[in-house]
Amino acid sequence: MAEAQWGPHMTSFRTLLAGAGLASTLMASTALAQSGEPIKVGVLHSLSGTMAISETTLKDAMLMLVEEQNKKGGVLGRPLEAVVVDPASDWPLFAEKARELIEGEGVDVVFGCWTSVSRKSVLPVFEELNSLLFYPVQYEGEESQRNVFYTGAAPNQQAIPAVDYLMEQESVERWVLAGTDYVYPRTTNKILEAYLIDKGVAPEDIMINYTPFGHSDWQTIVSDIKTFGSAGKKTAVVSTINGDANVPFYKELGNQGIAATDIPVVAFSVGEEELAGLDTAPLVGHLAAWNYFMSVDTPENDVFINAWLDFIGDDDRVTNDPMEAHYIGFNMWVQAVEKAGTTDVDAVIDGIVGVTVPNLTGGMSEMLPNHHITKPVLVGEIQDDGQFSVVWETEGLVPGDAWSDFLPESAPLIADWTDPINCGNFNTVTESCGGVTN
Amino acid sequence: MTPLRRWFAATLLLMLPVCTAAQTPSEDAFAALVGALPDASFAEVETLVGRMAATGDPRARAVLEALGAGALHRLKSNDAVVIVRNVAGDDHAVDALTGDSYGAIPRRGSTAIRVNNSLRRAVSAAVGIVTLRDPDPATRLGAARAAFRAPDPAQSDALAAARRAEQDPRVREALSEALARATLQDDTASVDDRLSAIGVIAARGDGTALGVLTPLVQAADPQIAAAAGTAVDRIERSRARWAMAQNVWFGLSLGSVLLLAAIGLAITFGVMGVINMAHGELVMLGAYTTFFVQNIIRTSFPGLFDWSLLIAAPLAFLVAGAVGVAIERGCVRFLYGRPLETLLATWGVSLILQQSVRSVFGPNNREVGNPSWMSGALEIGQMTVTYNRLWILVFALAVFAVLLVVMRRTPIGLQMRAVTQNRAMAANMGIRTGWVDAMTFGLGAGIAGLAGVALSQIDNVSPNLGQSYIVDSFMVVVFGGAGNLWGTLAGAFSIGIANKFLEPYAGAVLAKIVVLVAIILFIQKRPRGLFAVKGRAVDA
Repeated sequence: MAEAQWGPHMTSFRTLLAGAGLASTLMASTALAQSGEPIKVGVLHSLSGTMAISETTLKDAMLMLVEEQNKKGGVLGRPLEAVVVDPASDWPLFAEKARELIEGEGVDVVFGCWTSVSRKSVLPVFEELNSLLFYPVQYEGEESQRNVFYTGAAPNQQAIPAVDYLMEQESVERWVLAGTDYVYPRTTNKILEAYLIDKGVAPEDIMINYTPFGHSDWQTIVSDIKTFGSAGKKTAVVSTINGDANVPFYKELGNQGIAATDIPVVAFSVGEEELAGLDTAPLVGHLAAWNYFMSVDTPENDVFINAWLDFIGDDDRVTNDPMEAHYIGFNMWVQAVEKAGTTDVDAVIDGIVGVTVPNLTGGMSEMLPNHHITKPVLVGEIQDDGQFSVVWETEGLVPGDAWSDFLPESAPLIADWTDPINCGNFNTVTESCGGVTN
Repeated sequence: MTPLRRWFAATLLLMLPVCTAAQTPSEDAFAALVGALPDASFAEVETLVGRMAATGDPRARAVLEALGAGALHRLKSNDAVVIVRNVAGDDHAVDALTGDSYGAIPRRGSTAIRVNNSLRRAVSAAVGIVTLRDPDPATRLGAARAAFRAPDPAQSDALAAARRAEQDPRVREALSEALARATLQDDTASVDDRLSAIGVIAARGDGTALGVLTPLVQAADPQIAAAAGTAVDRIERSRARWAMAQNVWFGLSLGSVLLLAAIGLAITFGVMGVINMAHGELVMLGAYTTFFVQNIIRTSFPGLFDWSLLIAAPLAFLVAGAVGVAIERGCVRFLYGRPLETLLATWGVSLILQQSVRSVFGPNNREVGNPSWMSGALEIGQMTVTYNRLWILVFALAVFAVLLVVMRRTPIGLQMRAVTQNRAMAANMGIRTGWVDAMTFGLGAGIAGLAGVALSQIDNVSPNLGQSYIVDSFMVVVFGGAGNLWGTLAGAFSIGIANKFLEPYAGAVLAKIVVLVAIILFIQKRPRGLFAVKGRAVDA
């Protein structure tokens, strides 16, 4: 999702943090009474640098999941041990740290990455060393790799349903697609533009705008949006603006007096964590589309939130969508390992397809042959307490689609990692593997 | 909506008028409407809202306002509809109908009745109808504006009656506009009525008027289409004229942010020649000081919130200044004359500061609120001037003026200039050069802290705050001419305005690149920047 121009390099701090994380988890696992060699679980999230803002929470969520599983007796009668490393928001370092986890520490599975560029950077490592990666963040799609499991949303599980909601419920006719200038917004907006034109929206009713990372001066763009919205047609903004730039964007919206009842903004990268830095009173009614909201009222979610607040020891902390993705992915892996009776990578890859685990919104998510999962799509409106209230959801779960049907070059492609296809980019027209290179 | 729910909704809506007719006391009908809210779909709630307003029940306003604010809940314990208020961190529930208090309720002890944007519009229109005759003119103005936003021909008579009774000219004007918009929505209105309505809307002359009138250009009646067309043309021409002024304002505002970020660096880098990569982190410390001050004010002295920035400013100056002195004494003073080492050392310091803040305050954004006098915007003609940016511009110029006075008119300023121009001579005259170095660096750092107070109002307060400003700051100082404060001022504003004039044509990404390339070319031509410091001292 989010990426940044540079990442700091601070070896001493990084090692210190990684060491501290390792030491604390070692102590936690030795205190328990399981027998046998521990199963090592790698956690590859940035704890320093620009992405620490989002990824630190996911590291904590993983530590909590491991601790809870150990309380339940571990996996295969063996305790789990989390191995935390800090790739410091530095993309090449992600590949190095992934190698260190798999070769050096001998972990059986890795949960990690946030930005698409960090995921792309570790892909060759996981392929070469044949290990497992669970990737928990919504992303642009157009990818499926044998060793990677995508537990976040593909575009058809977030962007397309959100646009449908605006079109049907708010009768939006004019669209601003605003995003940060990198691969996720550009691909998502390409898919959305094709989809809107397909739905009969005139090209002059679509305005596309890109801004640099960490953009803080939104005056011109917000005033452009205001002008674009005064053509007598209901206008909405579809925002793929990255985490850090959102705060000044929403502040400018509020100050220039754009209320959600006039021009609603639906965001794909703004969750409970991002709103924590904002006074949300002027933003009430702006929307976000996710597969999970903290406000969802189910017994599973209550249990998860209470466990999280107890673990972190701070009642003001929030839960968010990527945390739920880790919750689902972790439970899927546990179940696949129990089913296979071993942590062997090939056995888990074969066994995990078709595994079903409860998600936190009251449904059962299934791992699909394309290594994506089924999820519900929820549209929520921002409330003045920084939470979202769900105003719409899909009936049933939506299966994740690795290759978008709305882009001509990827429409004929499918991914299926079961026999006989066993391919991440199978072209259904030529019936051969290797549709496009990625 | 499932067929069953649709059937239920239809029955409910059919039955309600019967209930109203059967039970003469209207409060029972109101109670029935309120009781139906929790299980209704959005569309059904919208109908119920209209009916609640129509009952004229005195409790309608409070219930509707709570519904619009998302504060109308259903208690899980006994299904009562309650209004929830946050009192000192706890949720307190009051029965929506009887006003009985349930006291504090547990977290997740109630379910909010959900509202979406179209429902929120309906609620504000309904509140508008209820409050059109309110004794307070401000409430009546709000009611008229709500009616304008949700035009409904069925309310035309109520609006016309309210306008006849209205004494306040502003409310009268707002009511006329609301009435005109409702007339334009009314298919049965005569052409003359519609033409005069177009006139009323066109007189607004803003973007909203444009939004109302543009669809009418395609109207079937040629007279209406022509009138709307003329009005739209006129508004668009005046907008084009104002666009220039708006761009200049945006440029000045961006320039003031750049000036604030760079002005501290103009001292440490410009005057002292220290390449201080930790400058951005000093700005960040100022922003976190603001957060810290606001936190204390929020918990202990909520009445002082509007003063929080004024209280934070001197503290931020002291905190950042003290850290600056510590950096100078502990690190930079051993490296004078070795720019490369200084660069690396201060960069290291910047990372240490960043990670320390991350460890103490956490990696997440921290919320710094806008005081009331910095929220909202001022409309000047077709131009929007947001108050927070207006005050930041004023603040930047004030800081600049004070700094200029300190450097030119005070003994410490004189000593600073003397030491940087000729260290050996200054030492011979009895100036404690080491002490002056520390004070100069501390002054630059303190001003960076002041910048942090202002930037906390428009940017996110996170450990990464400083990183986004460090490159821009160096750009401004180098472009303006190191060692010259006026150069920094001119540099900041010309970069800001150039950026804002390029942005509409080139887009935000390209505009930044073009400005950067232009500055590089300019520096090739004039290596000392816009306002070069002349004299022998420069080459020493």
